[in-house]
Amino acid sequence: MELNKLTAHELRGLLDKGDISSIDISNSILGAVEKKDKALNAIVHFDREKVIERSKASKGLPIFIKDNICVKDEMTTCCSKILNGFKPPYDATVIKKLLKEDFILMGKTNMDEFAFGSSTESSCYGPTKNPWDMERIPGGSSGGSAACVAADEAIFALGSDTGGSIRQPAALCGVVGLKPTYGRVSRYGLIAFASSLDQIGTLTKDVEDAALLLKVISGHDSMDSTSAPVSVPDHSLKIKDDIKGLKIGIPQEYFGQGLDSDVKNCVLKAIEKIGQLGAKCEKVNLPHTEYAVAVYYIIATAEASSNLARFDGVQYGLRAKDAKAIIDMYKKTRAQGFGDEAKRRIILGTFALSSGYYDAYYLRALKVRTLIKKDFDDAFRKFDAIVTPTSPTPAFKIGERTQDPLTMYLSDIFTISANLAGIPGVSVPCGFTKENLPVGLQILGRPFDEETILKIAYNYEQATEWHKKRPDL
Amino acid sequence: MTDYEIVIGLEVHLQLKTKSKVFCGCSTAFGAPPNTHVCPVCLGFPGSLPVLNRDALKLGAKTAIALNCRVEEEIKFDRKNYFYPDLPKAYQISQFSQPLSRHGYLQILFDGKEKRIGITRVHLEEDTGKLFHTQDASLIDFNRSGTPLLEIVSEPDMSSPEEAYLYLTALKSILEYIDVSDCNMEEGSLRCDANVSVRKKGVKELGVKTEIKNMNSFKAVKAALEYEAERQIETIGSGGKITQETRLFDSARGVTEPMRSKEESHDYRYFPEPDLTPFDFAKNILEDVKNEMPELPGPKRKRFMSNYGLSDYDAAVLVSDKAMADYFEKCASLYRNSKIIANWIMGDISAYMKEHGLTIDRLNLKSEYLTGMLDMIDKGVISGKIAKSLLIDSIQTGKDPILLVKEKGLEQITDAGQIDQAVDQVIKENQKIVGDFISGKQNAVMALVGKVMTKTKGKANPRKVIEMLKKRLKGEA
Repeated sequence: MELNKLTAHELRGLLDKGDISSIDISNSILGAVEKKDKALNAIVHFDREKVIERSKASKGLPIFIKDNICVKDEMTTCCSKILNGFKPPYDATVIKKLLKEDFILMGKTNMDEFAFGSSTESSCYGPTKNPWDMERIPGGSSGGSAACVAADEAIFALGSDTGGSIRQPAALCGVVGLKPTYGRVSRYGLIAFASSLDQIGTLTKDVEDAALLLKVISGHDSMDSTSAPVSVPDHSLKIKDDIKGLKIGIPQEYFGQGLDSDVKNCVLKAIEKIGQLGAKCEKVNLPHTEYAVAVYYIIATAEASSNLARFDGVQYGLRAKDAKAIIDMYKKTRAQGFGDEAKRRIILGTFALSSGYYDAYYLRALKVRTLIKKDFDDAFRKFDAIVTPTSPTPAFKIGERTQDPLTMYLSDIFTISANLAGIPGVSVPCGFTKENLPVGLQILGRPFDEETILKIAYNYEQATEWHKKRPDL
Repeated sequence: MTDYEIVIGLEVHLQLKTKSKVFCGCSTAFGAPPNTHVCPVCLGFPGSLPVLNRDALKLGAKTAIALNCRVEEEIKFDRKNYFYPDLPKAYQISQFSQPLSRHGYLQILFDGKEKRIGITRVHLEEDTGKLFHTQDASLIDFNRSGTPLLEIVSEPDMSSPEEAYLYLTALKSILEYIDVSDCNMEEGSLRCDANVSVRKKGVKELGVKTEIKNMNSFKAVKAALEYEAERQIETIGSGGKITQETRLFDSARGVTEPMRSKEESHDYRYFPEPDLTPFDFAKNILEDVKNEMPELPGPKRKRFMSNYGLSDYDAAVLVSDKAMADYFEKCASLYRNSKIIANWIMGDISAYMKEHGLTIDRLNLKSEYLTGMLDMIDKGVISGKIAKSLLIDSIQTGKDPILLVKEKGLEQITDAGQIDQAVDQVIKENQKIVGDFISGKQNAVMALVGKVMTKTKGKANPRKVIEMLKKRLKGEA
């Protein structure tokens, strides 16, 4: 039995029965990583000896972590040169929770530098490949997490989602990606990209694993003022209930220009299927959708420009060696440490917050953000969930969009709104294009109602075979 | 000089007396070894997040209420972005668009008249670390990083350095009353920057202002402002122009000079702090704060005047220091003549404290010792003159004055025979003065009283001496 190919809930069953032990799973994972990852480049920090040591002492499941989540005394670099060698002195809250439940930390996954991107090409460790087509990108920014799960180098992984960074790579790699409600999972220890949008979430092989992992990582945290003081239901108990009578909105704005025809066909068929399962699917309008990308790239870059200012060479990470004085040190360190996309976003965000421009850009963007949120509030008065494509296109070729940031930014056009509104979203596999590239279906829900979207996702998944397909590596 | 008017506004930064820092649990204790009171949050480590210390907010609200400000119910924070090695996140969490409170005032007493100095805003923010420069390195101590700071910004309502000094004194007095800060300028728990400009009398527009920094005492603030106002007046008077700039005060030379490093004009790119969602400062917390407010110096001064019949000046001096006011009230409960108590406290006792650099709570003089001594004067046991040295003796030995009087035999001589003898001698030895008196110089008698007192080592009852002298001198005439 190839344990690396199983899901967490399957493995949990085997572990509980005593058929296998944690070291067996880890060995299987280690084998897969050593065999495939040289080509895939999904894992960036990995220590075989440590993993074996931990696995021997554990009765839990192995998990990979995106490289922007702090693990005490382990490399945590956001795949940026500027954090070269950085080992945080503390564990993120999600890591503490995983360790408490006896999970085995396997290593860190590749990502776009500071999560800035939709292709994992801006990593200082080089791009991750899409396991379905090694010439293509896996999506991003949690491309490493999505690819390692899709390639059975992992059972599951944590990612982070600021504008689609979990859902889009999940869609492009054919796995399940869940972005919880803003405030559901503590951000303490997640190296911030855009604080008002960032949320840690899961990349798993099926919906049941997403529910299982969500339960472990969520909950109020006194260390994060933005984490919500709401109880954590055990979603895995309810997701298997049927979806008869649920009302589902299909936003017309998500099916217009720019949507790949294969993707469109897959998604429309999936909606039909959901209808056959007993849910009522109706058209809905989210009129401010067209502003989402513009609003996002102002708010996200503004916050990022401030969040990334601390990487100045003073306390940790890279410090330029040839600097003469403090200002010179700042300039050289940041010039050498940040990649092009990070620099682009810092400049954009700095500009948007500058005096004289603040009102026209940042303040205006905040106002439109509330309108986008209101669109969803209005829709959720009538509907229990909203279903859309996750990404307008399947995985594109490596290098195809790196010279064209605007096209790259449009990769997130369907996922960004959920972050702006703070609502939960999940992407589930819903078919393949003619070129055999996975397509994802996005299900969005009310704040703190992960249960409903997971229930729809689970019912759909169980009625199809898409989640069982694995790339031929 | 008199053709010009000075306009001064002050910005005071106050370290709040909380046990832990404003956004993490680290201790705020002063003087610990460098970088021992730090954690990922106050070091600004990647991934760390701030959590507001409600005690800091309470102290901030207390201050705002004491300064007659309106306290906001919704609390928001902003990020102030700038690069500096002592600022680990490269932004300071502060309050910009909506400070904790606004629109207050502070009363000062200038030339016996009350004047209101407006308070523009009071807001909460975090302190930075501290830089140390050695010959070959610059070192940072982050112990101070994240200490709660209150910024208190006044209106440009002060029209002389003296008023600025009085404002600071009054402010410090209030802050000590409500016990929100150590207010120690040397340790940096209270820092002050001043904005100053001058304009010709009658001109409405404000002149170009300069900002003065690096003053480490209230006196230094006054001295810096005196220098700077004069410099500006002279510059304008001789046809020059004032440049808007930051100037540092050199206390050794008593001058202000432009900051040497090229002060770039900062764009702080303020925006709402996304890590701290706005929240309501619950009304009940605000009510608690209001109920915990002690009597403030202003109302106390008025009460001292009406309850104890003190003059405005005496009351103002006594209430300026809460410990002194408390000491006075304790004495007043033991001894009926409040005015005499006030005189002793403000006279001999204050002089002693000043000379020895003491505050009244550190002074070794129980209130019942002072009032006991005053009783002895009233009963004629000791003279007022003896009392002066007795007071010092009691402070220095910590002994009860009643005991000291007995030990040292300081009781007044009221025995007529003993005084008579001394009077006799003095008259014999000072015939010239006696002559003066007889020829009409009434005051000459006082010189003779002094001589008698010296002869009796101050122990003779002066009233008796005068009485006897007058009688004898009339006999001589």
